[in-house]
Amino acid sequence: MPDLGKYAAEVGAAYAVSAVLLLGIVALTLWQGARVKRALRAAEGRKDA
Amino acid sequence: MSIWTYANPAKFMATTARAVPILSLLAGACLLGGLAWGFFFTPDDYRQGATVKIIYLHVPSALMAINAWLMMLVASLIWLVRRHHVSALAAKAAAPVGVTMTLIALVTGAVWGSPMWGTYWAWDPRLTSFLILFLFYIGYMALWSAIEDPDTAADLTSVLCLVGSVFAILSRYAVNFWNQGLHQGASLSLDKEENVADVFYYPLLVCIAGFVLLFVALVLARTRTEIRARRLHALQLRERMA
Repeated sequence: MPDLGKYAAEVGAAYAVSAVLLLGIVALTLWQGARVKRALRAAEGRKDA
Repeated sequence: MSIWTYANPAKFMATTARAVPILSLLAGACLLGGLAWGFFFTPDDYRQGATVKIIYLHVPSALMAINAWLMMLVASLIWLVRRHHVSALAAKAAAPVGVTMTLIALVTGAVWGSPMWGTYWAWDPRLTSFLILFLFYIGYMALWSAIEDPDTAADLTSVLCLVGSVFAILSRYAVNFWNQGLHQGASLSLDKEENVADVFYYPLLVCIAGFVLLFVALVLARTRTEIRARRLHALQLRERMA
């Protein structure tokens, strides 16, 4: 771990917030994708039935 | 083969099904590699100390915040001129990714600004134009949600995107236009004297590649979801009519 000295809080906060936001948009994209895919499969199943 | 082939949703879905996993892997490798390189293996700056490590997040996210809007502009223009639904949906898909990049740039900039400038925020031309760009992203997404008819929503959001492009361009060139305020000029320059030192430059390039690849992968994945949602909406309408 590098010694961040007196700026540890600032650097840590920048990386923590960015990680949360980036992981958040990735998770949201995957969740929305899976939800719509499931709903479409169900709707197509009803159409074919 | 013409680029307009990909305006066909079936062709777009087939091509991106193969591309998204590869792009995602490359994005993850570049992001983790670049950030680890920058965080663990580069020295502190002689003036900014350890805060220079914020550059690996701030510069790529700011760059993508502007370029995401410009990508939305191109997609919106294609929609307005050629009426390809995939391009309108790609613009819609890019907005949440763009707003995330803008938020990262604003937050990391504020956190970096506090020890360097003595303040989290100043009504500096670049900071202010970035804040307005952020608000345009929010307005763009709200407009898509507020209009039920997808074609009308695509038309109106495309016009909003054209207007917002002024602020996307201002965000990039504000420092040059007004030559005042706290924010420095571009960190990356073809002029060796103005560019950041090589020791920071190479990991920064890897991080930028990571952010670009992540943006492309997310936009393609989200566009695929939008295409499916459009098909789902059509099936649900048909069910209701039957």
